[in-house]
Amino acid sequence: MTRPVPPLLLTALLLAAWEVACRTLHVPDYFLPPPSAVAVALIDRAQVLAASAAATFWMAMQALIVAALLGGGLALIVSLSRSAERAVRPLAVALQVTPVVAIAPLVLIWTGLDHADRAVVALAAAVAFFPLFSGVLTGLKAADPDLERLFDLYGATPVQRLIRLRLPAALPFMLEGLRVASGLAVIGAVVAEFVSGSGATQGLAWRLLEAGNRLRTADMLAALALLMVMGLALNALVGALERSVRRRTS
Amino acid sequence: MAEPTAALSGAVVRYHGRPALGPIDLSIAPGEIVALVGASGAGKSTILRLLAGLEPSSDGRVDRTTAPGRTGFVFQAATLMPWADARTNVALPLQLAGVSPSEARRRADEALAGVGLGDRLTARPRQLSGGMAMRVSLARALVTEPELLLLDEPFAALDSVTRRHLIEDLHRLWAARSPRPAIVFVTHDVEEAVYLAGRVLVLDAATGRIAAEHISPGALPRPGGWRMDNHYRSAVEDLAQALADAMTASPTQAA
Repeated sequence: MTRPVPPLLLTALLLAAWEVACRTLHVPDYFLPPPSAVAVALIDRAQVLAASAAATFWMAMQALIVAALLGGGLALIVSLSRSAERAVRPLAVALQVTPVVAIAPLVLIWTGLDHADRAVVALAAAVAFFPLFSGVLTGLKAADPDLERLFDLYGATPVQRLIRLRLPAALPFMLEGLRVASGLAVIGAVVAEFVSGSGATQGLAWRLLEAGNRLRTADMLAALALLMVMGLALNALVGALERSVRRRTS
Repeated sequence: MAEPTAALSGAVVRYHGRPALGPIDLSIAPGEIVALVGASGAGKSTILRLLAGLEPSSDGRVDRTTAPGRTGFVFQAATLMPWADARTNVALPLQLAGVSPSEARRRADEALAGVGLGDRLTARPRQLSGGMAMRVSLARALVTEPELLLLDEPFAALDSVTRRHLIEDLHRLWAARSPRPAIVFVTHDVEEAVYLAGRVLVLDAATGRIAAEHISPGALPRPGGWRMDNHYRSAVEDLAQALADAMTASPTQAA
């Protein structure tokens, strides 16, 4: 198990350099606190930060589930008809290229200012939608054309074709879409929290804003570190899922 | 004379209005083995797809007397579902036809045993060599007891030893069935065509028509050592010449 050693070593080196630089250059704490101060903040505010991280994580997960159901479901329907795909794809792309920040105020109005968490879920779902839709749709059309012909030859029904051929062939593409979408869902949740600008969500982004307003830079960095760990954990989780499916299906 | 298993009458295929194949007249008798040779792009695979009903003819007629689901097809690649084991791959045509899972499984196992893979029932395609994967593909085509078996350069990607084994196996499996299925076999290997088939059709790429028909000497399946036979050798020479003629008649294709 030597694989995780190089990145850990590099991280340790960077942290040490940061610590040394802060101490020798007497950088003020409000500007850039040393890693040790961030660690202290992490421990001191562990309870609050953990609760906030859980809130953000839960909102991102809800968004991912919504996006998977909507994106995957729509892709499934669209895959059955070429004209449906032609109709839907430009709209999906339009949704993808519209900055989430720009539609956030609108979504906030629709969900009601008292339900900022719903707005966050909706916005994060909007961001995570496209990779799932696109992944599932691409996957459903990725089956070997000769296998498709074989299903033609034996007179397969559309349902048989979907279950026995297209869904299994689409699985790796779906998981790739899920991996991209899970990262985007966290980003979308944080951005949406920022834009909603209310403490109602009590997520990590709110902790960042709160600490920033009070110039508690160490607290900001602690929240940021948690966000990073959350992103990495999610990525590793989906990556492990992807590998296990690939082992089983190829 | 028995009704043909499949027949093309003046069949023409056009892509974007331009003629790609035909008109072709071709009749496949029950139980006969026909090889189709010709340059790349001559339309050999198109003929197979017409016979299988996988592609419509732009003109002319395609007739088949085979029952639904009783046409087998083997592609150039093994074309197996990578997520399924050999048994599931072979059982697929039966499952699509609504045969009960246990019956499909029994028949798939039997078909796999028939191609010498009775001990690899649960192997995944990636665990199989190229030759084994092709045997699985052959078993899948045979599992429905086809009346018409269509093979599109199935052994082209294999080494010559494996290829010979598979051709012998194909003859053996064909001879063991009663009634014997009709086989149409696409190849660009002249020796393979003469050895395997009773009748060889040469397709001309320039005209998209059948340029020559050769009857292979001797009975099927071939006796051991038949490749040393003078009849075989001269038949190969004749066919090679016919194929060369068909190819030189189309200078644009020769390049």
